[in-house]
Amino acid sequence: MAESKVPDNLLYTEEHEYVMKVGDDEIVVGITDWAQGELSDVVFVELPEVGSSFARMEAFGTIEAVKAVSELYTPAGGDVVAVNEALGDDPALVNRDPYGDGWMVRLRVNDTTELDGLLSPDNYKALISA
Amino acid sequence: MASDLKRTPLYEEHLKLGGKIIPFAGFEMPVQYPAGVSAEHQAVREHAGLFDVSHMGEFLLEGERAAEFVDYLVANDISRRESWQATYCVMCNEQGGVVDDLLVYKFPDRFRLVVNAANMEKDFDWVSRCLERFGPDGVELVNESDAIALLALQGPDSEAILTPLSELDPSTLGYYRFAESRVAGEPCVVSRTGYTGEDGFELYCGPDSAAKLWNALLEAGGERIHPVGLGARDTLRLEAGLALYGSDIDDETTPLEAGLGWTVKLDKGEFVGRDALLAQKEKGLKRKLCGFVLESRGFPRPGYEIRCGGEAVGTVRSGTFGPTLGQGIGTGYLLPELAKPGTELEIVIRQVPNAGEVVKMPFYKEGSVKR
Repeated sequence: MAESKVPDNLLYTEEHEYVMKVGDDEIVVGITDWAQGELSDVVFVELPEVGSSFARMEAFGTIEAVKAVSELYTPAGGDVVAVNEALGDDPALVNRDPYGDGWMVRLRVNDTTELDGLLSPDNYKALISA
Repeated sequence: MASDLKRTPLYEEHLKLGGKIIPFAGFEMPVQYPAGVSAEHQAVREHAGLFDVSHMGEFLLEGERAAEFVDYLVANDISRRESWQATYCVMCNEQGGVVDDLLVYKFPDRFRLVVNAANMEKDFDWVSRCLERFGPDGVELVNESDAIALLALQGPDSEAILTPLSELDPSTLGYYRFAESRVAGEPCVVSRTGYTGEDGFELYCGPDSAAKLWNALLEAGGERIHPVGLGARDTLRLEAGLALYGSDIDDETTPLEAGLGWTVKLDKGEFVGRDALLAQKEKGLKRKLCGFVLESRGFPRPGYEIRCGGEAVGTVRSGTFGPTLGQGIGTGYLLPELAKPGTELEIVIRQVPNAGEVVKMPFYKEGSVKR
């Protein structure tokens, strides 16, 4: 199988999510190319309401694939400022373009130091090749 | 990967095709190929798919009393079958619970039992014990599982793909009939059977023939055929309403409860479990296996709670997103009064009850299978 993409400009979690920093205190969260490959065929993504608040590592959504279900966890505590509505009509965007059109939520982070513990691209590559 | 897992003769072919390998029933098996579960599933519904099911177990029964023993072992009536006919059966324990579901192939001079890989050892022990009780003289039992590979070619284009490769004209083979022939020059048993709800064939061959047969079929099928893994095998069989051992049926469920009463011939004479099944039939069933669909976009998974009017009434046995149907489908045992199409249920998905209703199985009725 083709090697999973791990872009250099992102941070990662051990739960196979990526974090894209946007501006000073906002992040975009989705699942990694490796994670979408493991899940295969995403058929439904349950996302939170805009305006809802989550603590760090709280489950904020669910991804249903044909043969598996996976929870999504917030990499840092904060408020949901946007969700990817396009996934409602086309959840397979997560498989086709996990780092682009397949993004999931945009969060305003309460305490940006919570992002310090995230994995670098090299560390994430090590995690998925272990 | 643990080294005690077995590999089928097609393991290297799965790697070449980019198959994702998982441990399953003691084997390293492909769960999917790069196309993914949905594409593999649709390929079988629309054209054709090729499965490696060599992990299945095969037992040989022969000898002058083999026919009598087969009918003592399974609940269906094999004595009424012709040679070159395959029969779907269950074998039951004394309580009427299902030890396994299996196919019995009636050759002119012997029988082949095809059992679930996960149950192979349990089944061999069980058949051996039943044979002890029956009287072993005149019956020989051999586990041939390691000497037989099994490929399943499934989908509406199966016959067209198989025809140019096969010595036997596959169109002459009726549903659940089989023959000995050669495919791609390799000796094999060609059987018009399957586990997808589509027309198709299962090809039993020697381990050394498997790769040649596999590649010849993929080549002959070209664009029309996909290799298909265990993931789509499960979604296809559930849409087609076919039971899976360990999910829908097990040692604690009887074939009558599971909707497999059509495979139970109580009038054929003595067989293992008959008394218990007869008693259950007379007393009436306390539960029935039902299919249900979800109206919302949640998907049922095994173990989820089933409610009716807010009250817990059962547990999901099989559950998935049905790729052809585009909705969540599942099975569970319900009280007989609830086991009617149209009964409104709720499936509890992550603490949230999702509305669904009981439907008549199979979920998918438009398959190409020729009954």
